[in-house]
Amino acid sequence: MSENLHSDSLVERYHHLTMRKLLVLVVSVIGVIIVVGLFSVSAYDNISLMEAYRIIWDHIMGVEYEPRTTEWWADRFIWNTVMPRIVAAIVAGASLAAAGALMQALMNNPLADPYSTGISSGACFGAIVALVLGLTITSTSGQSGMIVNAFVGAMIPVGVVILISKRMPLSPAALILVGTALSYFFSSMVTYLLVITDADTLQNAYIWQVGTLDTIVWSSIPMMVVVTAVGSAFVMLLTRQLNVLSLGDANAKTLGLDVEKFRVVCLIVMAIMTASIVCFTGTIGFLGLVAPHLVRILVGSDNKFVVPISMAVGSFILVLADYIAMTISDVPVGVVMSIIGSPIFFLLILWQKKGYGTVY
Amino acid sequence: MRSISIRSKESEQSAILLGDDPEINVDIDGLSFSYKGADSDKNVLSDISLNIHGAQLVSILGPNGVGKSTFIHCLNKILDPTGGCVRINGTNVQDVSIKDLAKVMGYVPYTSTDNFPLSVTDTVLMGRHPHSKWGSLDDDLRIVHEMLQLIGIEDLAERNFNELSAGQHQKVMLARGLAQEPRILFLDEPTSNLDVRFQLEITRMLKRLSRQKNMLVIMISHDINIAAKYSDNIIMLHGGGIYALGKPQDVITPDNIRHVYEVGADVIMDRGRPHLILIDDDDTDYDDDHEYYVVEKVAVG
Ligand SMILES: Nc1ncnc2c1ncn2[C@@H]1O[C@H](COP(=O)(O)OP(=O)(O)OP(=O)(O)O)[C@@H](O)[C@H]1O
Ligand SMILES: [Mg+2]
Repeated sequence: MSENLHSDSLVERYHHLTMRKLLVLVVSVIGVIIVVGLFSVSAYDNISLMEAYRIIWDHIMGVEYEPRTTEWWADRFIWNTVMPRIVAAIVAGASLAAAGALMQALMNNPLADPYSTGISSGACFGAIVALVLGLTITSTSGQSGMIVNAFVGAMIPVGVVILISKRMPLSPAALILVGTALSYFFSSMVTYLLVITDADTLQNAYIWQVGTLDTIVWSSIPMMVVVTAVGSAFVMLLTRQLNVLSLGDANAKTLGLDVEKFRVVCLIVMAIMTASIVCFTGTIGFLGLVAPHLVRILVGSDNKFVVPISMAVGSFILVLADYIAMTISDVPVGVVMSIIGSPIFFLLILWQKKGYGTVY
Repeated sequence: MRSISIRSKESEQSAILLGDDPEINVDIDGLSFSYKGADSDKNVLSDISLNIHGAQLVSILGPNGVGKSTFIHCLNKILDPTGGCVRINGTNVQDVSIKDLAKVMGYVPYTSTDNFPLSVTDTVLMGRHPHSKWGSLDDDLRIVHEMLQLIGIEDLAERNFNELSAGQHQKVMLARGLAQEPRILFLDEPTSNLDVRFQLEITRMLKRLSRQKNMLVIMISHDINIAAKYSDNIIMLHGGGIYALGKPQDVITPDNIRHVYEVGADVIMDRGRPHLILIDDDDTDYDDDHEYYVVEKVAVG
């Protein structure tokens, strides 16, 4: 009898800890909502924060305003200038963070990120071929040709990695090394193309490489949203398996996980998720590596929590960085994120190394 | 009836691995294994045939690098044998999915990665993975708690796995293996980091569980005396094959120890079990100056 009481208290403690973890999630979501408000106010100066929220809410609810009233103008400005990039930032942040958490768990390596299999350099190559040489797969010039090029380019290195790992089982470290080798190959091609091009194209290419949300338009959004929603739902369903995988391949096998097959399926999902973001935004770095780590420092390494909370934190970081990028203008969001994010991340690592945190 | 023998007998195929079958019969038939690479023609294990019948505690002994861990990995499908097969109650393990196998077989490794350390509770909870379904979390947690109690590490429940001592690690891994509630449990040197009390307690517990839970426990050990004290049967590996197998008193003999481990040994009988006393053949005398070598406590203040 007393034994049962004891074990009930373990069950209770376990659920109590769960509540604490959800708090981080809630805080990030509130953070996102606040930045969305600030963003909207910056789009149309004559409204207050509260009015901005009301206008967004009304728009979602389908309320129509009298044309050419303040609200009507504010609504148009918010919806056409800042809202696409806000949505893109939220979705891209969530997607890259989820892909990062997935990749780190898959490779059992805290240094892995969504680009570890060469996705970023492949995407860069595709985009820059379009930009510099004007060659596109769809043979349409401009934005859409570049997007398709970047997407296809992103899938090439992952495709190679997956094909190899289907023919012979590779260890996670070997998979990353293959990805790194492919990365170097595509990067050197990119470098070559950048050397032979003119200054304007060079600037655009560089901005694409660090990532920007300036060029996002409404038509980019549906694909990002759909892929992110489906992909992250898939990752959420697999968080228990990802935890099992963190015990190492041999252990995971004896706990019933078909490690090789699982890794290939997850790599495919991760690649599609990442490519469908990167092809619109450029290769936004930092987030996919750092967001999951931040979350682990705060809530521990259970992927059940790491994945969803990383998504919220990723959205928050990216939308905040983009807000700052837009207010100081002309700085790509990727740069802002790294300039502000790296010191914070650095301090957090030192902070938890001093023994306040308990994760690593 | 608990037995172990070299001969193997064909038995007819059954569709479900073990199921509710109270009997456990492991048939290893001509098992060979070689690692791919440099010496791929050289077998680590060659043509091992043996039959293990009945829930019991079996120890595998043998020198470093002889292939004990490899042998176990071939039995639980971490590695695919390059020759021969393993049958459990007539079913070839190669025909069973990794998922179904995990419901029946548990494994306690001698090391574990902790790149992304979980709490002790979460780590042990992983053992429930093959059985868990939606909504089974609370029941699984109760089993986790039961195992933590059994191993005597309830106090570690909320600690992080990477902040434990080597022996505590080992106990957590053991709890995880037991939480899996397998019918066959493999352990790779489960007591190597444990203090004397727990070497005895854990090995005794494994033997008790083999009876209580009708579970076949197969453990690798370098502690010959612990193995001899508790094992029902012992398998001694040497040169890629079985050098000796059977009851402890038949396997732990001065001749076998000298041949397999290349050390001299006396064997005495203690409470019906063989007990090994190692003999160092090197007779160099280092005891020249006792007064010179000192370690002593110093009073402070
Ligand atoms: N991944 C591997 N690739 C190639 N050879 C291996 C590999 N793992 C083990 N070996 C070799 O296979 C042989 C058997 O190794 P195994 O780990 O099974 O030994 P063991 O009996 O468990 O030794 P120990 O008592 O030291 O744990 C050794 O010679 C070892 O060098
Ligand atoms: Mg070994």
